[in-house]
Amino acid sequence: MADDTETADTETAETEAADTEAADQETAEEAAPEVETAYGCPVTYSRGQKVIHPSRGEWLDVAVQLLADGWNMCVDVTSVDYLSYGVARELPAGVNAERFEVVASFISHSRAERIRVRIQVPGDDPTVGSLYALYPGSDYLEREVFDLMGISFEGHPDMSRILMPETWQGHPLRKDYEVGVIPVQFKAPAGKGSE
Amino acid sequence: MTAVEQAPVADTTDVAETIDPASGQLDKLPRRHSVLRMSEVRAAELMDSDPIDGENDQTMLMNMGPSHPSTHGVLRLMLELDGETVVRSKPVVGYLHTGMEKTAETLTFLQGPTNVTRMDYAAPLFNELVFSLATEELIGMEVPPRATWIRMLMCELNRISSHLLFMATNGMDLGAVSMMIYGWREREQVLRFFQKVTGLRMNHNYIRPGGVAADLPDGWRDDVLALMEMLPPRLEEYDILMTGQPIWRDRLQGVGVISQDEAIALSATGPILRSTGVAWDLRREMPYLAYPDVDFDIVVGSYGDSFDRYAIRLNEIRESMRIVHQCLDMMPEGDYRAGDAKVTPPPRARIDESMEALIHHFKIFTEGFKVPEGEVYVAVESPRGELGCYMVSDGGSHPYRMHIRGPSFVNLQTMPHMMADSLIADAVAVISSVDPILGEVDR
Repeated sequence: MADDTETADTETAETEAADTEAADQETAEEAAPEVETAYGCPVTYSRGQKVIHPSRGEWLDVAVQLLADGWNMCVDVTSVDYLSYGVARELPAGVNAERFEVVASFISHSRAERIRVRIQVPGDDPTVGSLYALYPGSDYLEREVFDLMGISFEGHPDMSRILMPETWQGHPLRKDYEVGVIPVQFKAPAGKGSE
Repeated sequence: MTAVEQAPVADTTDVAETIDPASGQLDKLPRRHSVLRMSEVRAAELMDSDPIDGENDQTMLMNMGPSHPSTHGVLRLMLELDGETVVRSKPVVGYLHTGMEKTAETLTFLQGPTNVTRMDYAAPLFNELVFSLATEELIGMEVPPRATWIRMLMCELNRISSHLLFMATNGMDLGAVSMMIYGWREREQVLRFFQKVTGLRMNHNYIRPGGVAADLPDGWRDDVLALMEMLPPRLEEYDILMTGQPIWRDRLQGVGVISQDEAIALSATGPILRSTGVAWDLRREMPYLAYPDVDFDIVVGSYGDSFDRYAIRLNEIRESMRIVHQCLDMMPEGDYRAGDAKVTPPPRARIDESMEALIHHFKIFTEGFKVPEGEVYVAVESPRGELGCYMVSDGGSHPYRMHIRGPSFVNLQTMPHMMADSLIADAVAVISSVDPILGEVDR
């Protein structure tokens, strides 16, 4: 939560070089967000929280690096359906916005830090690699995403519904899922005669 | 037990084995064979089929719950038994699922706490807190110091009441029925104070974006002091009744053991993680509210068994009391909510004299306030572990997406591992010591 000075161990040299290079275009440099990467993915900061944006293909490789780099616990896996999101999303250059996003949060106990991963997942092929083999704690969380958002995780040992009944059709957290409404009856229902 | 059917359980491949563990944490779960992965359909088929004659190594599939006194609400366990020993198990959840994350998308940010407070109903104030902190983080607003300290005071009292509830149910599950009465009795005293402050015993809707709903009532200090005087001797009684008692120890020590590696690999947080010796508490490691200003200890265990988890919760009550005492000493004067008229309703008196106040009041309660677009993840240390809120706003007055990371839900994953090769009676101790709140599991 604390927006401490970020500790991107990679690419510091490069950004420094970029700084001197663009010293004469200072105004442009200030306006443009810093191009920063971590684990080979673009980095953004959302309210001071570090977020990395791997592509769907490189996602599991990034997860391997995360685990090796001391991010020892996957605390959360969730998803967002951006179908009816009215405004443009703030994404780094080179990341194409897709309908779904899978969002995973990791924690490093030794450094007391958090990092968040946002993966773009297209609406016509909602699949993404499963974290299960790397972080088995993602088991239920991925099942929840599958159940409620309909994104399936490849390599998960039991991609089944967890909260909704097994026979349920549809994925309730999708934005195009009909929300049932039970009208409040102020009058007698139609066909039952008037009062 | 609700349903007992004899059925051979076979041909469920351990799919985990087909994945290359590579450099992952899967290797750290030596008991992962104990996770039962079976659909309802398959279980029903097995239950309908006859046992195979002459086979001596058959196991039995049995349902425990969803309405069983020791399953803390509506948890259902599918147990594969070999005699009285649990071979594999599967927690079946969802009986309380009411789509609260979907509901949150139709409620304004001001109405949000009424929704989330019903998730972890034993610790409702934490749900409200995490929702409010996430909203405030998105807006980028500061709350006045008094609001922060009131939140901290109320949350620590809530941690006490939640752990007292654990003491009660843990006692009941293991046969110490008088403990159930004592736990509920003490918890009720705390809830009585909550009622005085918030108007309700549970589901308070007290902590809201921008501060808290109302200032502490007159005489709150005496009420809290009375609670703080009442509790220590009662906790001593619990110690006499349970902690040192050989039957209690035999029932809990060495039962439901989980290793540090397993707890981390399974994303366990809260007392389960701390029972394995990891001194991880978000109040200390990633402080929020005014926790850096108060002095308290993190209670850790060393064996990772049910007794450690019991002892941790008992002593966390004492640590929370320390924090409450410091809140009493350091409670600042001032506003109990932010002065931002766009977010917090104006004081009642202002409405009579100011047209703008009336408009703001009307707008806040009809349209709600707008929250700048963005996404944020905020977490607090609830009595059960890391309670997180991932919130996405599209600039409107409703969350575009609101996800709660419930510690109970994630902690449930440890259950099959803890129960592996234990007796059914110990399974009850395990359920109890994981302390799941099903409202939060199912949401």
